[in-house]
Amino acid sequence: MATKAGSAEVPHSVVADGEGIRRRDYLKIGAVAFAGVGGVVALAPLLVQMSPSADVLALSTTEVDISKVQPGQGIKVSWRKQPVFVRNLTPKEIAEANAVPLSSLRDPQTLAERTKPGKQNWLITLGVCTHLGCIPLGIGEGENKGPFGGYFCPCHGSQYDTAARIRQGPAPKNLFVPDYEFTTPTTVTIGAKGK
Amino acid sequence: MSFSWAKPYEPKHPLAKWFDQRLPLPRLAYGAVGGGYPVPRNLNYWWNFGVAAGLFLTIQIVTGIVLAMHYTASSGGAFNSVNQLIMRDVNAGWLLRYAHMNGASFFFIVVYIHIFRGLYYGSYKAPRELVWMLGLVIYLLMMATAFMGYVLPWGQMSYWGAQVITGFFSAFPLIGEPLRIWLLGGYAPDQAALGRFFSLHYLLPFVIAAVVILHIWALHIPGSGNPTGVDVKDEKDTLPFHPFFTAKDGWFSAAILLAYALVTYFAPNYLGHPDNYIPANPLATPAEIVPEWYFWPFYAILRSFTVDFILPAKLWGVLAMFSSILLLFFLPWIDKSPVRSGSYRPVFKRFFWLLVIDVIVLGWAGGGAPNPMRNVISQLAAAYYFLHFLVILPLVSAFETPLPLPRSISDSVLHGEEAEAAPVGSKPRRTKAATAVVE
Repeated sequence: MATKAGSAEVPHSVVADGEGIRRRDYLKIGAVAFAGVGGVVALAPLLVQMSPSADVLALSTTEVDISKVQPGQGIKVSWRKQPVFVRNLTPKEIAEANAVPLSSLRDPQTLAERTKPGKQNWLITLGVCTHLGCIPLGIGEGENKGPFGGYFCPCHGSQYDTAARIRQGPAPKNLFVPDYEFTTPTTVTIGAKGK
Repeated sequence: MSFSWAKPYEPKHPLAKWFDQRLPLPRLAYGAVGGGYPVPRNLNYWWNFGVAAGLFLTIQIVTGIVLAMHYTASSGGAFNSVNQLIMRDVNAGWLLRYAHMNGASFFFIVVYIHIFRGLYYGSYKAPRELVWMLGLVIYLLMMATAFMGYVLPWGQMSYWGAQVITGFFSAFPLIGEPLRIWLLGGYAPDQAALGRFFSLHYLLPFVIAAVVILHIWALHIPGSGNPTGVDVKDEKDTLPFHPFFTAKDGWFSAAILLAYALVTYFAPNYLGHPDNYIPANPLATPAEIVPEWYFWPFYAILRSFTVDFILPAKLWGVLAMFSSILLLFFLPWIDKSPVRSGSYRPVFKRFFWLLVIDVIVLGWAGGGAPNPMRNVISQLAAAYYFLHFLVILPLVSAFETPLPLPRSISDSVLHGEEAEAAPVGSKPRRTKAATAVVE
């Protein structure tokens, strides 16, 4: 290219002159910037492939039939591949939960705040200990409910009360209450934004 | 390494000095692919394909690691894990899978060009014999890796590819059949075979990467060859790798990536076989069974033996196919001409291009279903392949009179475009270039 006759007429200003921006600097910065942006864009598919795919996100709601859960019983259901505890509290358990002064709690919440209005007996929480993610005992018949009558985590001894609030042990938070709504009086959709 | 005028690594920043004294890794990189590696200044574009091959090895390893996060190596689940999970469900999975599929093809394209570059310019000759042989080892490892990778989606071509290629080993007398059963872990490809193919398909690319390091190391002892084949004599003959060849390799890699992107996005299945989208069926072979395009020439050699002659035809085919590659290891001793570059070897040059055509014909012959006409053509082409290396090349190197070589690389570069392009000794057409210099 440079041997073409026309190239002899290159204006003086674009040729290296010691000082200022040379054409080569412009080309170099342009090329490296272009390649750099392209390289970063090429990383995108390598990163997004790790995030949950659409079929995993489609599991984000689970319908639960609670018609057969008697007071004092509970069931364990799977939501997003994680256990959810659905518990029908007895009046005694509700009274116990409401008798606790909020100031004595590590993560202060009332039972009413953790349930739906008028459905205070239905305690629905994630069955995942807020310490390090084990599944606490206490939902199944005859399992150790711990000294506070709620749940007991066998991994590191966290103890939850009848409102599934942390009372003793290393867990920092109460058992998480997921979004859910009563679609009928006996059906709960877990994962749906509640009304 | 290499030349006395190679610039030593001189870190300026105190932290770089501190690091260099403790672990001279930047020094190593500087000497290998930085300003400290002097490269002949007259390299043409055929010399860009080594870096391109490294680029595609990297692409294959990166996309492969990611695909392995989603792939299931089970005979019941492999097909769906590729065609349902990866192609439809995983975010950008279709892109990663197509990039990996076509990355393999492009890896072979650039490696074939790289190999033929070596054949034309005599890159296998002293003192670079080991560079050549290590390259062949890489090529063999690539073939094994590509074959096992093709089995993983567990479609019809995967399955029957596995059956046929492990069948090669059954050609050997006595040990053949037990060897095949041992390789497969069964009488036909199944879970056991798929599991080991996946494991080895993941392992071998890292072995390739290790041999690539040896390949580059061995190359850097004498330094890169060049289109004249004349040894580097002094500093005037070379330029530092960085920035001159990093820039040239950089833009050329971008050009190759563009071609790769075009195929990956607009014709992702062009280089593959549609039957591999049919799940593996151990009870029915597809009507047309051919390997991936990069194996076609060898497949033609394999199929060109149709008559028993002392040994069974099957064994002849397998032996011929293996030896078609193995004889390349002996190339430094088959071609004894002291002149490296084909540009200065008028007879060799013609036979080189005949070989290129022959390999393309073999590829055409291996890529289609066998019929009498195709069989005859592939037999002739296979015979010529061996004739080229075993008869023609030794004779040419014994009797050919090469053209006079330039005194040095700079000498060949410094008398204008026309003369540079033409071998020294032949008369360049003194027309435009000469007048341009006068002007």
